[in-house]
Amino acid sequence: MFWDWNYAIEILPILARASIVTIQATLLGFVLAAVLGLVFAVLRMSRARWVSLPVAALVEFVRSTPLLIQIFFIFFVLPEFGITIGALTAGILALGLHYATYCSEVYRAGLENIPRGQWEASLALNLSPYHTFRDIIIPQAIPPIVPALGNYLVALFKETPLLSAIAVLELMQTAKILGSESFRYTEPITLVGLFFLVFSLAAAWLIRRVEARLSLSKV
Amino acid sequence: MTESPAPETSQPMVRFERVTKRYGSLVVLDELDLDIARNEKVAIIGPSGSGKTTVLRMLMTLEKIDGGVIHVDGEPLTHMERNGQLVRANESHLRRMRGKIGMVFQHFNLFPHMTSLGNCIEAPMRVLGLSRREAEDRARELLEMVGLRDKMGHYPSQMSGGQQQRVAIARALAMRPKVMLFDEVTSALDPELVGEVLNVIRRLGEEHDLTMLMVTHQMGFAREFADRVCFFYEGKIAEQGAPAELLGNPKEERTRQFLSAVLEAS
Ligand SMILES: Nc1ncnc2c1ncn2[C@@H]1O[C@H](COP(=O)(O)OP(=O)(O)OP(=O)(O)O)[C@@H](O)[C@H]1O
Ligand SMILES: [Mg+2]
Repeated sequence: MFWDWNYAIEILPILARASIVTIQATLLGFVLAAVLGLVFAVLRMSRARWVSLPVAALVEFVRSTPLLIQIFFIFFVLPEFGITIGALTAGILALGLHYATYCSEVYRAGLENIPRGQWEASLALNLSPYHTFRDIIIPQAIPPIVPALGNYLVALFKETPLLSAIAVLELMQTAKILGSESFRYTEPITLVGLFFLVFSLAAAWLIRRVEARLSLSKV
Repeated sequence: MTESPAPETSQPMVRFERVTKRYGSLVVLDELDLDIARNEKVAIIGPSGSGKTTVLRMLMTLEKIDGGVIHVDGEPLTHMERNGQLVRANESHLRRMRGKIGMVFQHFNLFPHMTSLGNCIEAPMRVLGLSRREAEDRARELLEMVGLRDKMGHYPSQMSGGQQQRVAIARALAMRPKVMLFDEVTSALDPELVGEVLNVIRRLGEEHDLTMLMVTHQMGFAREFADRVCFFYEGKIAEQGAPAELLGNPKEERTRQFLSAVLEAS
């Protein structure tokens, strides 16, 4: 038989448990990407060359090398320097760092769209750079870029199967193990595909809700 | 002659000493000298590109200075004394000096994501360290003074240009500046809204101890409100004097030409 319902139902709970790891990696990775991306974007705006140039170089470097290599680098090469971390943590760090560079470009566009008058009014009111960013610039810069950030959330989610390369027990890795034990790949891989479809649709719906909320609160 | 320390009040509030500003090879202010007394109201007029905005922006430290010294309230603005020498001011000196100055912009530059009350309490809370209560009390008072008692919860996008500009004035005043700078604050407004903003400025001048510098094309207002009018031409003051004198009986040919051009346009 091409599709075995009994087997599919049998492995469903195992895959559901693995999906928790996938979601964990996605959410933690994205939080890291969102925060680190903002830090990169702000540092790149610095007028001090010795701050902005190295950050720009790092962002370009990470963006132009494959995520898989970064995952391997963090998991296998960092221990050589005495930094040992678990596979899941390494995967989250790699995902977060990689997507931080994409997010930083999005933030940069958002920040550059703030009219100069907003910076000048902040300076004229004597606000510190910290308060200017926190209270004036960032609250105006974020709402227009929520859709773009949301796209990266979904993209990051869809790249979590790469973590199977360092044996993180997320969906893909679990499906591979199930397949190699039972010699049936159709059900595990199909179910994993379905999981991703469902979560992607849910994420897209959530992002649209957030967008709607933001455009409402802007008046 | 005996040297005696000048009393507080005789010292100018603002002093430009041979101030130069360049953009590349373009000299925008050319060794400008200008003294403004405490509580004096000075109107700045002149053709486009003559450096009027630049004077205000330099005072607000929005532009860096290329030569000379600006003094505010007896202290150098962008310099500070160290071992008897004038050196470039550090950030804490700049922040202290900026606190003496408030600016109102041609395009208001209100924070669009904050209500008028929010606009007026942000800096007092973050910079002056007032509690929300204190900041709101002060902001309410000021918004009332500019005639916006019923607009405190409105966002800038919900208000007319004239109302927005009055919020901007209240926002600047909330920081208790000693010097207020106005850069063509009615130029972006529909004609019927100009009066309400000028009225607020007029009242400010009457009721508050404020030194005021305003760049304006409203010659009528300058004549009635200012103690002195300065006519700028190519980065220098070509002529200055009492409004009635300068506007009614200008000595310089350039001033006469400018005034007749303005008169024709309006
Ligand atoms: N950031 C800048 N870079 C280069 N040139 C500038 C800059 N800002 C101003 N300028 C030039 O400096 C000169 C003086 O500008 P300023 O804005 O002070 O003129 P203004 O007297 O206020 O004119 P207007 O009546 O048109 O507002 C102008 O020639 C202007 O083009
Ligand atoms: Mg100007």
